[in-house]
Amino acid sequence: MAFAGHLNSRQGARFVRKMVALIFSVAATFLGLLLITFLIGRVVPIDPVLATVGDRASAEVYERARIELGLHLPLYQQFWIYITQVFHGDLGHSVLTANPVTTDILRVFPATLELATVATFLGVLLGVPLGVIAAVYKGRWPDQVLRLVGLFGYSVPVFWLGLVGLLLFYGKLGWAPGPGRLDVFYDGLIDPVTGVLLIDAAMAGEWQIFENAFAHLILPATILGYFSLAYISRMTRSFMLEQLSQEYIVTARVKGLSSWRVIWVHALGNVWVPLVTVIALSYGNLLEGSVLTETVFAWPGLGFYLTRSLLSADMNAVLGGTLVVGSVFIGINLLSDALYQFLDPRARRR
Amino acid sequence: MQENNQITENKETPKESLHAWLLSSTPGSRRQARWGRAYIAWLNFTENRLAVIGLAIIGSLLLLSVLAPVLAPYAPNVPDLTQRLEPMSSRHWFGTDELGRDILSRIIYGSRLTLYVVVLVAIIAAPVGLLVGTVSGYLGGVVDGVLMRITDIFLAFPKLILALAFVSALGPGIENAIFAIAITSWPPYARIARAETITVRNEDFIAAARLQGAGPIRLISGHVVPLCMSSLVIRVTLDMAGIILTAAGLGFLGLGAQPPLPEWGAMISSGRKFLLDQWWVATMPGIAIFIVSLGFNLLGDGLRDVLDPKTEGK
Repeated sequence: MAFAGHLNSRQGARFVRKMVALIFSVAATFLGLLLITFLIGRVVPIDPVLATVGDRASAEVYERARIELGLHLPLYQQFWIYITQVFHGDLGHSVLTANPVTTDILRVFPATLELATVATFLGVLLGVPLGVIAAVYKGRWPDQVLRLVGLFGYSVPVFWLGLVGLLLFYGKLGWAPGPGRLDVFYDGLIDPVTGVLLIDAAMAGEWQIFENAFAHLILPATILGYFSLAYISRMTRSFMLEQLSQEYIVTARVKGLSSWRVIWVHALGNVWVPLVTVIALSYGNLLEGSVLTETVFAWPGLGFYLTRSLLSADMNAVLGGTLVVGSVFIGINLLSDALYQFLDPRARRR
Repeated sequence: MQENNQITENKETPKESLHAWLLSSTPGSRRQARWGRAYIAWLNFTENRLAVIGLAIIGSLLLLSVLAPVLAPYAPNVPDLTQRLEPMSSRHWFGTDELGRDILSRIIYGSRLTLYVVVLVAIIAAPVGLLVGTVSGYLGGVVDGVLMRITDIFLAFPKLILALAFVSALGPGIENAIFAIAITSWPPYARIARAETITVRNEDFIAAARLQGAGPIRLISGHVVPLCMSSLVIRVTLDMAGIILTAAGLGFLGLGAQPPLPEWGAMISSGRKFLLDQWWVATMPGIAIFIVSLGFNLLGDGLRDVLDPKTEGK
């Protein structure tokens, strides 16, 4: 009993130490992120004072604005002010929309979330079984086909695939609705509660709108999902190959289990743990891929907001968006680490 | 089997004797040994048919960019408003764009820009990563901690977003795009170089060189760096597809090469307006991007199989 208690407290100490190290590393990464966005904001050739007061302002007005913006302070103090503002959720005002950047981002983010989530869902739903099949038929035609699917995914520009998709399924075949999130007819008919149109429409019981939103979603989500499929299936394949060469698989086969059960229950069961990390990473990558996809499909999400702000040199909005995407990225990495610890008992013990 | 017999029978012809000289198991000179190794690597490489296709694609890209003035049927940037948005024909194989410029010629000249971006990014990012990684791995301790923390921060960023932010600060343009992509590309190289350095750091030959009086600079540049090269070359080649895609993405968003430069991504962007009626304007440059990044991916996979010491035994 005493022995067990001793062990537990040692494990506890190790856990605490690990957590502290993790928190420290996340904090350092986040600080680095802040430093980068801060420095980018400082090297811009656009004079932020001129941008606020206009180029006809007198020298006094200019000077007053400069002091108001805190630009007369030394850099490290400005950085401190920047950090404080960010932690208060203040990312400055967008020149383009005249709203606080935080409000803007909160408004557009659900659209990106919806797109990336559905795309990841598609990628996992198809990518995992495909990867398993490729591993089982290693070197034969299913494996070769999947290899081609992967090569295509790694080589094709996502925005071009989006355009070709629009051309084929919207322009030529008429199967998909055009760009955007909803037909103009339905625009603004339901209150944004969560901002995720599918959920909002379903909650309001507006099934027509739900259908329309879903139809608009399917093409961009499939195209984004294809890239996540390419990545997830390739990783599933290599994890599965590793498992299938293990002795417990031989044992299971010798015991007379059906090969279906051995592959899909025994081997795949052990693949899920590393796969979680891969899925999380691909989710993060989709947030990035959505910048280009959203531009192609005029999808009013964060990526679209970011590129539109970029073109009008709206620095606060650009840096705010960068910061948010970077933070989500860090958060996803952290989450996948934690899930890994949670799912794999070996990782906990080490 | 038959080929082997032929080789042993006709040893007299110069080609076969060269083959034998290269494959000799008792090389008479260092030069012969070195060439022999390279020849074996080449034989292994050519066994991989896909890798050879990749090499052929990259070779054609090089030829295309060198011979652009000869091969291109029209000048890339001279508008001809009487020929606006012409469909594909024998006069304009890939059609013309909204200013009547021949798309095939623009794609051919655009290969120069693609190469320019890829080569410059590799030249900037690879040495930076190599330097950071080897120094970090060789010195260890605090230097290692700080350098790797910085590397992690850059790795934690989504690449395209970081490149976007940099370009937005520096202003659009192909040089700034190259710089932005390079800034986001070096961290994986640093990771690889560090890992390789750590595995060789405590080897006897390093200790021997140190005992002979070699300082850290000489040790790193003369003994550690050459050992990192093969994994680095593989990684850079595999990354080149990604670099091309990122550069094209920046061009597509209007932040990379500026008009009238025939950059492929920018060409797709300008063709977007006519997508439904004049589909070739946006589609053709995309196929070019796809083929070139496919070439780099295939070549990288092949190089990995040949150069990676871990798979050499197989």
